Amino acid sequence: MTQTLLIARRELFAYFRSPLGAVVIAGVLLIDGIYFYWKGLTEKLLSAQVLQEFFFGASGTTMIAAIVLSMRLLAEERQLGTITLLNTSPVRDGEIVMGKFVSAFGVVALMTGLTIYMPLLILVNGKVSGGHIAVGYLGLLLLGAASVAIGLFASALARSQVVALILGALIMAPMLLLWALARAVDPPFNGFLSALSLHHENFRPFMVGILELGAVAYYVLVTYFFLLAATKTLEARRWR
Amino acid sequence: MGSVGGSAFGGRRGWKLWIALCCNGASIHGNDAPGAVCNAAHGPEQGPRPPDLARVSGVLWYRAPVIEIRDLYKFYGDRRAVGPVSAQIEKGEIVGLLGLNGAGKTTTLRVLACDLLPTSGGVRVGGIDVVESPHEVRKRVGYLPDTPPVYPEMTVAEYLSFAARLRGVTKSGVQKQVGEAMELTETAGEADTPIFALSHGFRQRVGIAQAIVHRPEFVVLDEPISGLDPVQIVEMRELVRSLGGEHTVVVSSHILSEISETCDRILVIRDGEIVESGTEAELSARLLKGMRLEISVRTGASVEAGLAALRGMQGVASAEEMTEETAPAGETHILVVADGDVRAEASRTLVESGCDLLGISRGQRELESVFLELSRGDAPARPRRRKRQNKSNLADAPSAETPSAAEDPS
Repeated sequence: MTQTLLIARRELFAYFRSPLGAVVIAGVLLIDGIYFYWKGLTEKLLSAQVLQEFFFGASGTTMIAAIVLSMRLLAEERQLGTITLLNTSPVRDGEIVMGKFVSAFGVVALMTGLTIYMPLLILVNGKVSGGHIAVGYLGLLLLGAASVAIGLFASALARSQVVALILGALIMAPMLLLWALARAVDPPFNGFLSALSLHHENFRPFMVGILELGAVAYYVLVTYFFLLAATKTLEARRWR
Repeated sequence: MGSVGGSAFGGRRGWKLWIALCCNGASIHGNDAPGAVCNAAHGPEQGPRPPDLARVSGVLWYRAPVIEIRDLYKFYGDRRAVGPVSAQIEKGEIVGLLGLNGAGKTTTLRVLACDLLPTSGGVRVGGIDVVESPHEVRKRVGYLPDTPPVYPEMTVAEYLSFAARLRGVTKSGVQKQVGEAMELTETAGEADTPIFALSHGFRQRVGIAQAIVHRPEFVVLDEPISGLDPVQIVEMRELVRSLGGEHTVVVSSHILSEISETCDRILVIRDGEIVESGTEAELSARLLKGMRLEISVRTGASVEAGLAALRGMQGVASAEEMTEETAPAGETHILVVADGDVRAEASRTLVESGCDLLGISRGQRELESVFLELSRGDAPARPRRRKRQNKSNLADAPSAETPSAAEDPS
């Protein structure tokens, strides 16, 4: 646990000493702000609908930001040769992966937290429940965690950050589009594919303020699966 | 390299109480001499081996090698990168791994540092198996790869503190140990400098500092002088030499002079195998079938007398005047081939025969050419590829002692 926190702290430090962390956060806040302004002030929607649209827009930026933030986690270590320091230290591969995950997820959480002023602005002239806001943010964090785990796995596979970014996007895209595939197939496969969709089926309940345990479990499992895959990838490299 | 007995291969401590009976004058091997030490690998009838023994608190201890490598193989897919390699390295030794690029030096060092796992064979550091307990081994090993594993955005002090904590140094001990490492590597003056602003030489120093910051028993340095300027090379040599004694050090290089300047012992690696091992003097004697001396005397009538006197010396096979265009005016160079080290006798003989002796040195260039031949391999090269069948057969070899020895990485 100590080693995990140690690695996470160093990674967080790296995010904020390089422009990457600040640029990604600023970019996400800008896009979320523009989207919120467009939906909230230029369209005639109910307060709850504005909040719903805000979470929809924020989910997209969160996924993209998570992939961008996680592309460097292991690929950069390999490029710089610093992975050797981690590999030859008494640290388990799982601890390395967890440390990296915690740091990237920390940045995603900070970035998500900084958008809170937008839902609060709805309260100035409208009415939304605190529960809706809380559930929506829980959904964003769960989606962010799953996206970081996917990006981290891609980073474990790739030798360069650009390849990690492309690989992460290539893994995520089919997972996002499973709902469209589900429409084209017959039952019971359509239900199965729809349930595996990264966004559509599983994120919608959070958007409307409904906490579904199945959706929570889905995101936790996706996160666990890709973190495990990243750990196994690191372990396998020692035997190559 | 002597073989080791099975019992000597086990145990978690570098220092081993071999047979306690020896301290009260008894021996289970029939050696009745007081203080005799029994050694399964090196029987009592052969007498104790001084380098393996030490007296601690009045008790004689058997000093187990820090590193024991037995029939190590490492394959990348079907390609054999290393193997078979067997070697022992004693505590406090500085050992040089000499070989051309692609000979298997880095792979061997990565296995020793627990960065890679061996395909088969046994590697023990301080008696601990690298496959069974890699974490325990990593606590005892410091590793500098060919490129220093440094984070450019961190300062030297921040980076070393991170490396120390990562390697298990307690929070309270970090400051002291980082300070010591910086002092030893002379990087204390750059403690607050970001690593990206350091020169290549200083980065190498920081790389060595991270390798020793947790006070490991065993330090592995992969080509530490690579890319350094002449002044930095001299400083790096001194630094590596200063690590000996407290740490056991393995240094790799493809340059003989670098290895011979810094190391107590040389292992020559070719095509993934150790083809020669010994001190520089031992290798010179063995490979050059004796010792070659290059003697410089003032040109004059006495040179002929000197040559005759040298030829008459016991142990001297030949003494010839060298024809060198580069020799300075007024100097004559003589090449002496002898059975052993006759430098003292040769210098005395020359002075007594009236020669003005200007210099005497061992024939380094000849040794280098022999090493070059050795590294390239004058014998037909072994096939680099083996079939999977051959690899799995290693499991049947009696020396493949670890449970994972026969594991197939794929």
